[in-house]
Amino acid sequence: MTGKERIARRIAREFKDGFYVNLGIGLPTMIAGYIPEGIDVMFQSENGMLGVGGPPTGVQTDPDLINAGKQPVTELPGCSFFASEESFAMIRGGHMDMSVLGAMQVDEHGNLANWTIPGKMVKGMGGAMDLVAGARRVIVAMEHQTKDGASRILKECTLPLTGQSVVHDIVTELCWIHVTPAGLVLTEVAEGLDAAEVQARTEARLIVSPELRVMTVSAA
Amino acid sequence: MNKVVSSADEAVADISSGSTVMLGGFGLCGIPENLIAALVRRRITGLHTISNNMGVDGFGMGLMLEAGMIASHVGSYVGENRRLETLVLKGELDLTLIPQGTLAERIRAGGAGIPAFYVPTGLGTVVAEGKETRKIGDRTYVLEQALHADVALIKAWKGDRLGNLVYRKTARNFNPAMATAADLTIAEVEELVEPGELDPDHIITPGIYVNRILVGATYRKPIESEFIKAGLTQSGGAA
Repeated sequence: MTGKERIARRIAREFKDGFYVNLGIGLPTMIAGYIPEGIDVMFQSENGMLGVGGPPTGVQTDPDLINAGKQPVTELPGCSFFASEESFAMIRGGHMDMSVLGAMQVDEHGNLANWTIPGKMVKGMGGAMDLVAGARRVIVAMEHQTKDGASRILKECTLPLTGQSVVHDIVTELCWIHVTPAGLVLTEVAEGLDAAEVQARTEARLIVSPELRVMTVSAA
Repeated sequence: MNKVVSSADEAVADISSGSTVMLGGFGLCGIPENLIAALVRRRITGLHTISNNMGVDGFGMGLMLEAGMIASHVGSYVGENRRLETLVLKGELDLTLIPQGTLAERIRAGGAGIPAFYVPTGLGTVVAEGKETRKIGDRTYVLEQALHADVALIKAWKGDRLGNLVYRKTARNFNPAMATAADLTIAEVEELVEPGELDPDHIITPGIYVNRILVGATYRKPIESEFIKAGLTQSGGAA
């Protein structure tokens, strides 16, 4: 099991039956493949769809039916389409149970940076700022360190922010971290690791929960 | 009442250089590809564009960029257009990136007679810099201004000569809001039907918002993720 798969499988266990969820592009999209049996989740795509299904399996794709990552998708029974202003009204209006996004940096205050590197990368925030401002629960799904081994969980973000104090939880291949007013609380560690090993790979200070558990992932 | 024009060229014949132009679409989905092609043929310049994206190198608004027609752009995500990134980093194009939901609502407000409104989005980020903020209840909000354009170029699925429009699946996106927020709205459709054929309960854009309507001559409708993959393969071979 890869690190990314471990993250996707763990977050899939957080979904409750009846949830409306927006999954970000990349790693978060993988979560849709691991929903536990008996749990019915409706995925939203911010370009204007509720009830997003997986990629089409046939050769025939429909260019009028894509997700926010601009990839072809399918319709699930009961899906609906709507315009962008309606899509973001449901996001901003607090109707989404959960938003799962990737990140470049997260910090001790729950600040998130995931949209730009000044002078280097011109892409844009897309719907990320709206999602973190409006979803009831914001989960960051990312690999714990950069490819160079630097921590992504910092005392203070150094990149321009996507949102201020917006992250509720951080899930990596190593651990689950809950963001609280007191700081970052380590609640779960991957099997075979302990809290000290996770702290050694993290710049931010971690408060170890008295109920620290082993992170179990979905087998689905 | 008959708003039908015979071609995309006729539809855009009086758009002048320096205009502010809204263009519907999300990525390459639901874009007015015939109207864009006609604008590119006219070679007007100094346009101020408002659109969620900027097409890709080789299609959609990417063609306008390659023709040197765009002076400034307001959008939310332009990550698939490398030419744009180069122009912006060299300081040759004025780019304003704003959150996608704020963009959509600013356009909606522009068409609905609402000059400004408060949102929680972007508080504590560069998006809120220089903007008025206000605490309402226990949360602080950012004041955002409405957007309005000289011209909106939009794409629908079906329409009638009165300008009533319906859209198809996720090709709806920014098109209905933009239809309401410009002095001149031009809609291209895949199929023109007789008034009364569209179920009045299903009409998304009532004809009052549309000034001109035309049937697009051809639709290429590439899927962006596949278009880019194919392009990369080709340029990889050529390089």
